[in-house]
Amino acid sequence: MSELGSLPTPVPPVNPETRVFWDATANGRLLLPRCTVCGSVFWYPKTLCGACGSVAVEWIESSGLGIVYSCTVTRRGVGDYRDAVPYVLAYVELDEGPRVMTNIVDCPPEDVAIGQRVAVVFHDTGAGCSLPRFRPVAQTGSQGLPS
Amino acid sequence: MSIRGKAFIAGAYEHPGRELPDLSLAQIHAEVALGALADAGLSLSDVNAYFCDGQFGFGGISMADYLGLSVRYTDSTNTGGSSYIGHVGHAAAAIAAGKFDVALITMAGKPRTQGRVRPTFQIAPEYAFEEVFGPTTLGMYALAASRHMYEYGTTSEQLAEIRVAASWHAQFNPHALMRTPVTVEDVLASPMVSDPLHRLDSCLITDGGGAVVVVSPDVARSLDRQCVKVLGHGEAAKHLGGGRIDLTYTGAVWSGPQAFEEAGITPADVDYASIYDSFTITVLQIVEDLGFCEKGQGGAFVSDGGLIAPDGRLPFNTDGGGLCNNHPASRGGMTKIIEAVRQLRGEAAPQVQVRDCEIAVAHGNGGSLATRTGAATLVLGREDT
Ligand SMILES: [Zn+2]
Repeated sequence: MSELGSLPTPVPPVNPETRVFWDATANGRLLLPRCTVCGSVFWYPKTLCGACGSVAVEWIESSGLGIVYSCTVTRRGVGDYRDAVPYVLAYVELDEGPRVMTNIVDCPPEDVAIGQRVAVVFHDTGAGCSLPRFRPVAQTGSQGLPS
Repeated sequence: MSIRGKAFIAGAYEHPGRELPDLSLAQIHAEVALGALADAGLSLSDVNAYFCDGQFGFGGISMADYLGLSVRYTDSTNTGGSSYIGHVGHAAAAIAAGKFDVALITMAGKPRTQGRVRPTFQIAPEYAFEEVFGPTTLGMYALAASRHMYEYGTTSEQLAEIRVAASWHAQFNPHALMRTPVTVEDVLASPMVSDPLHRLDSCLITDGGGAVVVVSPDVARSLDRQCVKVLGHGEAAKHLGGGRIDLTYTGAVWSGPQAFEEAGITPADVDYASIYDSFTITVLQIVEDLGFCEKGQGGAFVSDGGLIAPDGRLPFNTDGGGLCNNHPASRGGMTKIIEAVRQLRGEAAPQVQVRDCEIAVAHGNGGSLATRTGAATLVLGREDT
């Protein structure tokens, strides 16, 4: 059983295409790629828009807010997560549109539910970048309803 | 051009072993190759094309060397567990184009004795945005199950019905690893591994392998063995869609219609289906996606013996499937083809043989479920269809 918020922080492999994204996480900023041709805001971070094929892509800053699109309490972990169970693996739908893989933290794993409102938190990897995870926040409006 | 009737499966062989500490991987490939060729009445010297998933590196060259094959064509398409179903389609298309007339497809693995490692690729562009969050194989499927339950009201009891059906079939297969029928209650009482999936929602981890031989119509006519006609094939790669991922369906929504159209059939014409069963949710989504029922109605469709042979709505995985019989190399596509061949030849276990089985489907899923995932559908018919 892990303490709340004590998930491992594996260092992601960073490459020239993704350095801007990861550097921003060190400053507590969640960037998203946006196509300047068709306007699509997409995930994961890359420099080609899969919606229209354009390579004219810019970075915008996400609000860091979203809702849980799907979640599972993982009770048998592997690798870095072997001793981190139970922990919540989830897709969060950001307010900007993209659904991103992440963990939900700072609450009992069993309490996480689809539709729950969440906000980003950054967990420092100690290697110049941080992992964007999410924690529950108060519900607002109709965000909790299925789309 | 269509592949309908342009190629036949002449030989099929499933390794009887489920735990093989004393065989090398190449030996397992060789045993299943010889088994499938013997089943067809052919020999290694007849083979002029070789297909595998390329696990030894540089495609099929290594095993072609080991087996002493003289091949003019190789294909090592690797779409996870769906690979081999794709291989049959590729072989049929190439046979129709006159590239060769006898293709050997083999697969083998030893995850039970060597330990299963979740395949990941650090150099893949998505890796950094997923693997750091601790996804497990089961966790990825669980995310799809959770969302399906949320949108459609699918229940754990309904998922358990899939395991119940597979275990009922497995009792009639002397080679099956788990031959004891289980109940819905047994499934729900097994340990939760990644909510909402339990241990008994999960496939087996087995050593072993399998092989099939795909031949031209001329070669098929020359053989004494009853062959199975390749009627249609479809493939698809489903992905994140720029982050608009929908976890409630798989690539079968695209591969299925392609295969059915090529075969000239509809889902209602299918007598038996081998459906990829890495986890119970895999089966549930695929029966919906292939059009055997409406989207979201899979839970009701699989309940009340809906999948149990020979009289269920859709007899499936009559060998016990990857859930109870065999899931060699954690890649279930090959065994899906092999049981479909048995059904069409009338050689399934008598208790689960579908009467007058004329049309069968083998569907494979590869990678994960509903996220980045391969799909391959094959429609097969009795030799005289
Ligand atoms: Zn665009």
